[in-house]
Amino acid sequence: MFDSINEFQVWLIYLLPLASCLLIAAQYVIPAPIRPNPRSLSTLSILLMAGSFLLALQTLGVVMNAAEPGQMVGFGEHRWLSIAAGDIHLDVPIGIRLDGLTAVMLVVVTAVALLVQFYSQGYMAGDPGYPRYYAFLSLFTTSMLGLVLADNMLMLFMHWELVGLCSYLLIGFWFANPARPGYTSPAAAAKKAFIVTRAGDVGFLIAILLIWTRTHTFNILEIQEIAEAHRIPDHIITLFALGVFAGAAGKSAQFPLHTWLPDAMEGPTPVSALIHAATMVAAGVYLVARLFPVYEASEQAMDVVAIIGAITALVAATMGLVMRDLKRVLAYSTISQLGYMMLALGVGGLVAGIFHLMNHAFFKAMLFLGSGSVNHGTNTFDMHKMGGLRRYMPITFATFVIGSLSLAGIPPLSGFWSKDEILVDAWYENKLLFAAALTVAFMTAFYMFRAVFLTFFGEYRGGEPGGGHGGASAHGDESHDAHAQPDGGAHAPAHHAMPHESPLVMWLPLAILAVPSILSGLVNAPFFHHPFGDFILQSVPETLRHEPHPFNWGIAISSSVLAVLGIAFAALLYAGGRVRVPLSLLARPFYVLFSHKYFLDELYERAIVGGILYQGVWRLAAWFDATVVDGAVNGVARFTRGASAIMRRAQTGSEQSYGLMLTGGAALMVLFLFITALR
Amino acid sequence: MLSALIFLPAAGALVIALLPRERVALPRLVAVLFTLAAFVLSVVMVIGFKPEDEFQFINTIKWLTPDFGGFDLKYRVGVDGISISLVLLTTFLTLLAVLISWNISLRPKEYFAWILVLETGVLGVFTALDFVLFFLFWEVELVPMYALISIWGSGRRQYSAIKFVLYTIAGSSLMLVGILALGYSAGTFDIVELGRMGPLQDPIIPASAIFFLIMAAFLVKLPIVPFHTWLPDAHSDAPTAVSVLLAGVLLKMGGYGMIRLGVQILPEVAKDYATLFAFIAAVNVVYGAFITLRQRDLKRLIAYSSVSHMGYVLLGISALGKVGLTGATVQMFTHGTITGLLFVMVGLIYDRTHTRDIARMRGLARHWPFIGVAMTFAGFASLGLPALSGFIAELLVFLGTFEKYEVWTILAVTGVAFAAGYILWTIQRVMHGPPMAEWEALPDATRWWERVPVGALALVIIGVGVYPQVLIDLIEPSVQVVVERLG
Repeated sequence: MFDSINEFQVWLIYLLPLASCLLIAAQYVIPAPIRPNPRSLSTLSILLMAGSFLLALQTLGVVMNAAEPGQMVGFGEHRWLSIAAGDIHLDVPIGIRLDGLTAVMLVVVTAVALLVQFYSQGYMAGDPGYPRYYAFLSLFTTSMLGLVLADNMLMLFMHWELVGLCSYLLIGFWFANPARPGYTSPAAAAKKAFIVTRAGDVGFLIAILLIWTRTHTFNILEIQEIAEAHRIPDHIITLFALGVFAGAAGKSAQFPLHTWLPDAMEGPTPVSALIHAATMVAAGVYLVARLFPVYEASEQAMDVVAIIGAITALVAATMGLVMRDLKRVLAYSTISQLGYMMLALGVGGLVAGIFHLMNHAFFKAMLFLGSGSVNHGTNTFDMHKMGGLRRYMPITFATFVIGSLSLAGIPPLSGFWSKDEILVDAWYENKLLFAAALTVAFMTAFYMFRAVFLTFFGEYRGGEPGGGHGGASAHGDESHDAHAQPDGGAHAPAHHAMPHESPLVMWLPLAILAVPSILSGLVNAPFFHHPFGDFILQSVPETLRHEPHPFNWGIAISSSVLAVLGIAFAALLYAGGRVRVPLSLLARPFYVLFSHKYFLDELYERAIVGGILYQGVWRLAAWFDATVVDGAVNGVARFTRGASAIMRRAQTGSEQSYGLMLTGGAALMVLFLFITALR
Repeated sequence: MLSALIFLPAAGALVIALLPRERVALPRLVAVLFTLAAFVLSVVMVIGFKPEDEFQFINTIKWLTPDFGGFDLKYRVGVDGISISLVLLTTFLTLLAVLISWNISLRPKEYFAWILVLETGVLGVFTALDFVLFFLFWEVELVPMYALISIWGSGRRQYSAIKFVLYTIAGSSLMLVGILALGYSAGTFDIVELGRMGPLQDPIIPASAIFFLIMAAFLVKLPIVPFHTWLPDAHSDAPTAVSVLLAGVLLKMGGYGMIRLGVQILPEVAKDYATLFAFIAAVNVVYGAFITLRQRDLKRLIAYSSVSHMGYVLLGISALGKVGLTGATVQMFTHGTITGLLFVMVGLIYDRTHTRDIARMRGLARHWPFIGVAMTFAGFASLGLPALSGFIAELLVFLGTFEKYEVWTILAVTGVAFAAGYILWTIQRVMHGPPMAEWEALPDATRWWERVPVGALALVIIGVGVYPQVLIDLIEPSVQVVVERLG
């Protein structure tokens, strides 16, 4: 079964979740009383997702079994859109690019999607929008798989936009909920996510236009070859790479386009795990990796990727230090780790970047699902209201600690291996970037264990009464009826006096994800001779297949020591059940800066969009349109009316005045003729 | 067959006029029958259409011959790929417009008769192959539009109706001068012949003057900034079905005229001024988007978004290449369906709330899931989401123009980000958030005549978005003819 795979089987990976989405959508046509039970719909969706996952595994097996593991498996292309324009042929086919990189992504996406769908049976139980939720999740998975499978830029871009749509729909899943105090409403968060990522996509689209007009192809492989051979001018390669990176920076929440991701936490938590931790936000990293030969052809572009990645990693980590909301800590951590991956790619570490992407997908999905489980038990994401949960939620606690250790980079967990590779790659490229990465490693360990201690240690601080579990409704406003809180459903009346462990459907995915969180690092461990690296490197031309840097004990030990120090520091401050730490006068301004997210939301939303654009440019345009343009139109009308008012006085209807004018006119003409005759 | 199609709606109008006044339910039935028949007939024509041939289904009737000042004026109609796609759009949208007007209670007899007369006028514009005939049909459309806005409209309907008529007449009177100058210079009014001849020899006024006189009518109609201010007024005060037709098909008369009567007849002049048009187009997109972002009235908002989206049509045309012109034509078709759907949705909301003021609405999607889903769908189609038809059109336009006008295309591409802004912000304000008690008792759109138009439009939008080649195969060979003229 791992010898070969036909094209249709690969397409099925993509089509099964799509079928699930369409089937769930179709049942809405049936009158409500005879619609299938929501439970049966989610079961159907999970089964189809499992089929997709198994096929992805088979695909991975086939690619691993190739003569050179990871080698590209070729399929034909299908005509989709084509216009013959003289000697240029506009051709957008549908085709699959299947190699080591694709195969790894397929397995990661389907695995996390499957577990998240399974988990959601518990988390979303009783929600009136339950079928809709599964339809959106399935559509998202399809779009994400299409993005990964696409062999040309345009197909990739189309699915890229569709994952954005699904992200919008799922962040805004509880669109009728009002904003929690201090946070944005789900509807506003959804809008923000789509618009900010689209701002980046403008660059992506322009890059596609640019490359098409210069090469007349959308095919990724051909574009790579052209860039590698420098058959187009270098500045075009750079502009193309930077344009694509703008799109990648939007989706992967890179500074300065990262501001949408923390707000996206207003969506249901399993969605955050799937979309905003494991898959969609990693799509930007995937995109840069997919076009890696193009980036390698432009030094400037590589530098930009590395520097933006490093800044993102640092800036996000500092904000993660001070958040009160457990999910927000994880969100900033995600941004920071995505920056890490970009940094890896920017310093030439293709393998390190993708390796970290995979490991991160597993442990971060687990951490998010764990935070969902905590919320299920306590009705809150506010860490100040948690505490002591290790006694009530032992499985959640154990898996959360495993994930945190892995993320902090403690050997021999998976996060250690990929983080170490990134550090090594950075060390040989640029010492400053290395220093930044090392600092981030320390901060990561600190903020994760700050969260662990606040959540699971000390005494229970009471949680949040009633409401249900979706973060957005934890502060449900009593003045709204039950419909206003769609997630209120089954849990609404229950007041959790004491937190409790989540049901099996929820803790089982956590337990499963704990396995790769511990072990997935071994696939590229130095003492196994980097099999994962060889596998991934098959997707780039031979000239780019660098030997991995040797394992560096110095770097490994120093990063581990820093991680342990970070944990120790967090323990020192928070293990005693203390919630607030007195700040020295020196730390105070930093705290204000970090907790206000560097005031970037204020800058974007208040100053630029609300001020300069809405009250400035757009207002001016609207005023100009109403007053000058339309004013001129009405002015012409008024002039015509005024002129006619004067002219019509001549039309008196009195014979005497007509006679006078007739005589006068005739006299003038005679006079005129007389004068001309004289000359 | 084509003539039968053009005059079928007019015949329907005649039948309605003869109906007894007491039978108030009869006019809409007759209107549905005739518009459905016209739609079916146009589908049959599309099936029988051979894209590789030029003008087809030609009907010629001698008229004002012989020797009318040396001219052979004819009634002559026919279609090619560009016009047949617009004919199909017209019959489709008119049928839906009749359905969505099912509950019109004010003077239904006249209302449906005027809608049918309007359809004949528009079909005539898209099919006329004689320039004088074209002009006649162009003017026919004004009468029903004036009546429909001023009698069945709302708000400042008299002002808007008169503004619409005067603006159009101002443009078309210039066009008439252009048509006469062109006819006298070329010695014929036959559009097919005019589209084949070489550069004008000794025109009575400069060829560029003729070009701009003719284009004047189209620039107003499309509309192009700064000749657009009739549009938001006409839209916001027109009844729903008329807004659908106005945005859906009437604006396309402008884009169609630019291609068929501007670019194809005077290609040399078009080439001279192409850069100017590309610039104006980019301004149209961005300027339209800026003003859209400031609107507080739901209908005006969509009207201004139309102004922005019509910029893409002009941009596609200005590249004077195959991909761009195909994109412009696809954009005309697809904008007809998408903005048509948006106006249907606004109409459904207005029927319930009797307000178009965005500030007075909130959380409507919770009470009205059908309207919520359909409005969100229409919004995403409008902001150019892939797999829906708007994306294909914009993509083709951008691909067609980027090579020639990098800066103007980039400016126009930023329009997609602004579109996301105004669409999603509007959806958030109107559809999301806690619902308001004021609208709680009102029902969702559940009647068949409300759901059928929405479903039909959505299917077309998805169909063209997922497999655009169906539409492109229809259009492409005719665009090739235009492109060959450009050399």
